[in-house]
Amino acid sequence: MGLEAKLTNDGFLTSTVDAVVSWARKNSVWPMPMGISCCAIEMIAAADPKYDIARFGSEVMRFTPRQCDLMIVAGTVTFKMAQVVRRIYDQMPDPKWVIAMGACTSSGGMYRSYNVVQGIDQFLPVDVYTAGCPPRPENLLNALMTIQEKIGKYKARDFRNRSLEELEYDRN
Amino acid sequence: MDRNAIIYNDDKLLKKLDGDRNITVEDVLENEMVINMGPQHPATHGVLRLVLRIDGETVTGIVPELGYLHRGYEKMAENMSFLEFIPHTDRLDYTATMCNNVGYVLAVEKLAGIAVPKRAQYIRMIVSELSRIAAHLVAIGTFAMDVGAVTMVMWTFREREKIQNIFDRLAGARFTTSYTRIGGVAGDIDDVATAMTKEVLEEIEPAMVDMDKLLLSNRIFIDRLEGIGILPKEDAIALGITGPNLRASGVEYDIRRANPYLYYDEIDFKIPTFPEGDCLARYFQRGDEVRESVKILKQCLDKIPAGEVIADNPKKVLPHKTEIYSKMEELIHDFMLVSSGINPPVGDIYSAVENPKGELGFYIVSNGTGKPWKLKIHSPSFCNLQALSQLCRGAMISDVIAIIGSLDPVMGEADK
Amino acid sequence: MEPRDIIVDKIKSAFGSSLEETSDFRGDLSLTISKDQLVPAATFLKEDRELQFEMCKDVTAIDWATGKKRFTVVYHIYSFKLNFTLRLKVNIDNNPPSIESVTHIWRGADWYERETFDMYGIEFINHPDLRRIYMPQGFEYYPLRKEFPVMGIPGSLPLPKKAE
Repeated sequence: MGLEAKLTNDGFLTSTVDAVVSWARKNSVWPMPMGISCCAIEMIAAADPKYDIARFGSEVMRFTPRQCDLMIVAGTVTFKMAQVVRRIYDQMPDPKWVIAMGACTSSGGMYRSYNVVQGIDQFLPVDVYTAGCPPRPENLLNALMTIQEKIGKYKARDFRNRSLEELEYDRN
Repeated sequence: MDRNAIIYNDDKLLKKLDGDRNITVEDVLENEMVINMGPQHPATHGVLRLVLRIDGETVTGIVPELGYLHRGYEKMAENMSFLEFIPHTDRLDYTATMCNNVGYVLAVEKLAGIAVPKRAQYIRMIVSELSRIAAHLVAIGTFAMDVGAVTMVMWTFREREKIQNIFDRLAGARFTTSYTRIGGVAGDIDDVATAMTKEVLEEIEPAMVDMDKLLLSNRIFIDRLEGIGILPKEDAIALGITGPNLRASGVEYDIRRANPYLYYDEIDFKIPTFPEGDCLARYFQRGDEVRESVKILKQCLDKIPAGEVIADNPKKVLPHKTEIYSKMEELIHDFMLVSSGINPPVGDIYSAVENPKGELGFYIVSNGTGKPWKLKIHSPSFCNLQALSQLCRGAMISDVIAIIGSLDPVMGEADK
Repeated sequence: MEPRDIIVDKIKSAFGSSLEETSDFRGDLSLTISKDQLVPAATFLKEDRELQFEMCKDVTAIDWATGKKRFTVVYHIYSFKLNFTLRLKVNIDNNPPSIESVTHIWRGADWYERETFDMYGIEFINHPDLRRIYMPQGFEYYPLRKEFPVMGIPGSLPLPKKAE
């Protein structure tokens, strides 16, 4: 990177806090894999040696929501599971983003039936929708790159402390 | 809020957990707790919820809860034609997608009485066995990852990528392929795909040897699995377990031998069994089945005859795509088959194939129209999960993880 | 002798009066017996020395959507000795639908009967733990009955409130 060049030249560099914070934040997005069904296998395939998600900074796929900032909902969400997904989303600390992976999460997919939620945006705010059934791992990496671009545009002061009532915390 | 509490309540489940007390534990700590190993868990192989009652670290009672991935397959099947249901069967056992496709179209062909050309049956055998290798690789990889050896999942997925490249070449999709059609398969297998298959067969045996060397000399792995989750032979039969779990308990039952479908009676292969019935036996069972599948594939590639890949039965089988665009009769047949269906005779059949997880059976009741009156899917993971409550009693919490990994359930088919 | 001949002969000699129908469509043997003879017939099939139907593969039901005899409960059982899968059918009517459970004969029938109860509402008498298995516990309908629409009844399953 040009960082070493700058440092050896003058010995210091100037930047805005926003730029540094968003650079750090977008290159270390830790995903929370909400792997429910078939798309979960393609998500694991995105982490395997061929499609390597680790080179984007998402090395750590922790299954605990407290340490993650991106939730990848991969798989069909049923009504029973929607309560669980919402609860896990509430447990993630701010700032957080959501990728709706695949057709089932975007719109119910090929399942027009009594037990499948026709799109998770009925109860979660979604940032990126990914098409495919299941989406190829390259598609998931593209979604991740789009999220990284989106994170890069935030200013650090957008995430000032908000009180619990403003966040509409669903105490259930 | 009120409606939530009425619909999603756990009272009956906790009552069952309370009544489930026929285990005596030595060294009782008298420190009981009810914990929830929820649907979102890294090691439950999908969305399976377990409510455990533990005394210290020992499990004294367990109640599994399913239904978090119930997508309503059977209801949807009653409203769509036989051909439209083929992509849905892909997503049943989503680690071995070709095997499900083959099982479903075999059931429909049995019901409607359609004869399939020999080359198509051989192609179906080839893709079934490749799927079996892919599914066992996922099973071994995620099982080892759950127990602690995280490198295994990377290695097995690397091998699996080669198989998925072959599927990509044949069917156009890596994963959910929908490759088979009623009366044959969608497209022919060409020289490039055959060469890729031969390459995979050469590379998989050394890879399996590498993986074995990684795991089996590890004292911790062996200690964690040996003697855990022993399933005796009579219990396995009484509970209806099928597949590698049954064969690892000593029963030599494989549908490819007992009731041969496709052309498995012309192929020479062994059926591995292990008498112990513990988690380590189930692990070895899957490894041995991969080696047997390699043998079957080599023989299939040698014996495959030339010929058509789809049957020539205009009233029941879709014609070739090239002919639909140029000839009138084929266009009419295609239109009738897609709009009103294949119209099999009135009756019901049950047809089963040997999936990597067990026996996948379809029970189809037809009333003479293009849509089935009823379609029941006998999924192996649903049956195999019945053994969970017996195997986990008296075990520690970390043994529960090892047992689930060795039973290898896939919730897409357990919940249908 | 063929396995199917052995089975049909034995069942006819032991339960001739309650055997309503035998059918042999596409090579599958299926026997229809009457509701009150189900448990004796099932016990006979399991314990007879020559038959030994030890494994229960499936229990399900069919909804014919007619007035009388609305449901048919279907059992698939397998014998290792004869290497044969047999289908048993029992016709029951809808006021309200109930049948004896075979869990004490084949332990594997436990979850299949729960699934049939969940989807069709057929009550299995003497089942050790008859709860819903797929749908949530408080769900009021039976999804696979023919009058239940594919898209479900709106409002029957609540969703969490929309976030943010």
